[in-house]
Amino acid sequence: MNRFAELLDRLVLTPSRNGKLKLITDHFRAVEDPDRGLALAALTGDLDIASVKPAMLRQLVSERMDPVLFGYSYDYVGDLAETVSLVWPEPSRNASPVTPPPLTPPHKGEGNVDASESPSPLWGGVRGGGSQEHDPKPKPQTLADVVAALQSASRSDGPAVLARLLDQAETSARFAIIKLVTGGLRIGVSARLAKQALADLGPVDVAEIEELWHGLTPPYAELFAWLEGKAPKPEQAAKAPFRPVMLSNPLSDGDLEKLAPADYAAEWKWDGIRVQAVSEGGIRRLYSRTGDDVSGAFPDVVASMDFDAALDGELLVGVPREATGTFSDLQQRLNRKTVSAKMQDRYPAFVRCYDLLQLNGEDLRGLAFTERRARLETFIATLDPDRFDLSPIIAFESWQQLEGMRSAPPHPIIEGVMLKRLDSAYLAGRPKGPWFKWKRDPHTVDAVLMYAQRGHGKRSSFYSDYTFGVWSGAEGQEELVPVGKAYFGFTDEELRQIDKFVRDNTIERFGPVRSVRADKSNGLVLEVAFEGLNRSTRHKSGVAMRFPRISRLRWDKPPAEADRIETLQALLD
Amino acid sequence: MRARDLLHPRPEGLYCPPGDFYIDPVRPVERALITHGHSDHARPGHAKVLATRETLDIMAIRCGPGFAGSTQAMALGDKIKVGDVTVSFHPAGHVLGSAQISVQHNGLRIVASGDYKRASDPTCAAFEVVACDVFISEATFALPVFRHPDAAHEIGKLLKSVQQFPERAHLVGAYALGKAQRVMRLLRDQGYDKPIYIHGAIARLSEYYQHQGVDLGELQPATVEDGDKSDFAGAIVIAPSSAFADRWARRFPDPLACFASGWMRIRQRAKQGGVELPLIISDHSDWIELTDTIKETGAGEVWVTHGREEALVRWCELNGISARPLHLVGYEDEGD
Repeated sequence: MNRFAELLDRLVLTPSRNGKLKLITDHFRAVEDPDRGLALAALTGDLDIASVKPAMLRQLVSERMDPVLFGYSYDYVGDLAETVSLVWPEPSRNASPVTPPPLTPPHKGEGNVDASESPSPLWGGVRGGGSQEHDPKPKPQTLADVVAALQSASRSDGPAVLARLLDQAETSARFAIIKLVTGGLRIGVSARLAKQALADLGPVDVAEIEELWHGLTPPYAELFAWLEGKAPKPEQAAKAPFRPVMLSNPLSDGDLEKLAPADYAAEWKWDGIRVQAVSEGGIRRLYSRTGDDVSGAFPDVVASMDFDAALDGELLVGVPREATGTFSDLQQRLNRKTVSAKMQDRYPAFVRCYDLLQLNGEDLRGLAFTERRARLETFIATLDPDRFDLSPIIAFESWQQLEGMRSAPPHPIIEGVMLKRLDSAYLAGRPKGPWFKWKRDPHTVDAVLMYAQRGHGKRSSFYSDYTFGVWSGAEGQEELVPVGKAYFGFTDEELRQIDKFVRDNTIERFGPVRSVRADKSNGLVLEVAFEGLNRSTRHKSGVAMRFPRISRLRWDKPPAEADRIETLQALLD
Repeated sequence: MRARDLLHPRPEGLYCPPGDFYIDPVRPVERALITHGHSDHARPGHAKVLATRETLDIMAIRCGPGFAGSTQAMALGDKIKVGDVTVSFHPAGHVLGSAQISVQHNGLRIVASGDYKRASDPTCAAFEVVACDVFISEATFALPVFRHPDAAHEIGKLLKSVQQFPERAHLVGAYALGKAQRVMRLLRDQGYDKPIYIHGAIARLSEYYQHQGVDLGELQPATVEDGDKSDFAGAIVIAPSSAFADRWARRFPDPLACFASGWMRIRQRAKQGGVELPLIISDHSDWIELTDTIKETGAGEVWVTHGREEALVRWCELNGISARPLHLVGYEDEGD
């Protein structure tokens, strides 16, 4: 348990992706089954433990310490799970060599103290640590012990089981246990990253892990055995498995000159999320492009998957033949475990299909694009037209003609065009050549640098994360409202220049953040490129940028001439 | 006599009328008794200073030889009359030279702890309990959330990370007086025998510790005049944490920020400071040490100063000890 807890502690504070991968892979190497597999399940969100409400935690801790002292502690720390893990009585410290002198009995009615009963009067009213009194030296708990105890606990004995586990754990382990039972580790590790760490352990391609994933269950002993070369690759056991998706490369300068228009089909690139709709042997699953099962959020789509096939397409909201909703609309439906009828009615989801990977037991991935496309067109005609439609092929003769259509697409949620080589098979990963994405040019805005935050690792002595704003308010009373944050897009030399600007123009500091001079005549204007805007209730400006990055430093431009919020608002509609 | 007639707060600091002196005054005074060398307790400009030999030496290193009009060194345990009161110094276990100050007059004894800790520290004398009527306790970490783990365990985390990330330089932020040297000594205790690289701000105090018989092993200045960045791959570098944000830190390859402090027990504190590897090593008492110590002194009354006074006062109330916050101004919360 301590090793898992230590892993969580390090992951929370390690900002770099490579650093996280190294920590997770090392953990998998150092820890035996089944603990490492349970750690993996905890990271990917596949550990099934009944959750505990915050109120229950409060109740447990209030039985153990003075509520006033707990209140001071909670105020100071700010996070309930962390506070409880820190203040929970530490049985080992009861055995400290200190011999307390006899105490004056506390005043009547003063808190819940009873000194004669408490083994730890140091505690300011903490009562004894439960099982510790009977078992002063428990063997160290493993993650497996903890998971087993939590999974077998009933609703009524849940609190007692949790308390016993906390009594036997050290501080970090207590935090980890509380995180496990309150659901959601929130340590900045995605399921995808955990799978990449597994792949590094092999090493194998992460696509192989994703393909197997849905047939496996914790603690994944056969998966680890394969990755360590001690057993053959596990058989794909699941019905309706995920098939690793084929990805495109961005079109770079000069690429088009080497490509013949007659070799490629073109499609619109829709601004939704890539999904794989798989229905086989009565099992229906909707996967994200990384193999996460998102079926729960889209029951409307799943209900219409009455076929035996695997479809690749873009998940969008709207009514296919009439209106396609924006990405903001789609966001209403994302990242939900369940979805209300009202939500389904207001934002109906559908899949705009562009490939067919499997049909009635036949694997089509080895076929050429043109053949798959022909099968897809026939097949789509048999499906519910409110839930599945076809991504149209764009007819074009020359790249110039296509460029014209790309820069003036017929629909606002088109973000460019896709080029697919007519003779290409469906290959996992991102092979260079068969598929290209040719995105619409990004939006740009001139914004003013407002805050800068120090980076991490190689950038830890540089102010490298920038919050920027645009003007808002009536004429003469304009003020800057923050509209986004970016930390890349500039060269190392530009980073040095901005860092110097930040240090020379700091007006206030808050920990690692500095606010810099930013008024009409003093400040740094940044040209920020971004892919789109969403409405946001979380930001004062009401907008949230997608994929913002610094495209140019406008040392030449006075801040007064930076853009206004209305420029961005116009993009929302 | 009443305790408050023997010692009470004034804007200059804690004042003793019958002895006409201040303890750790924050403004220049005629006569000052200094508990230890941290800059918020030991300030220059007093006419007369009474402190341990080590504290006087440290003040001279930090503030220059003319830091006071005249000085007098006190040996630990010796008694001396200052005005009408009997004064003695007793080890506080905080940093080299740190002392509690006992003030006795007409059968009443008050002990001002200064800053103190009970955990073992190979770089200074261990805290001694002094029985007293009134105990003045610091409260830097006076909340039940603060319980410092074994420092050796924390150093183990650092050494493991150095092994795990041998291509990075581990930058350990540590207070220049006390913490930095304790971390060095703890590293040596665990068999780390490579040179430890240090920031210029730590050099003179570390040299003084070595001079006083605290073996810190080979220390090297963290400079890159002749070498290049890769020289620091896998190295441990100790610096005041303020240096991290500085251009100074750019000389290291992909530095991994560590911070040795009791505050590191709180994750959000570590996160806000951009710390990747928190090391919970403190030169102050944690909650258990504070409450144990109060009981061991047998004091019937406790005055609580700098830190989270309200929690320690509450604990005293729950345990039938009369207590009040002292409201001294001018001491830094960050002194760890």
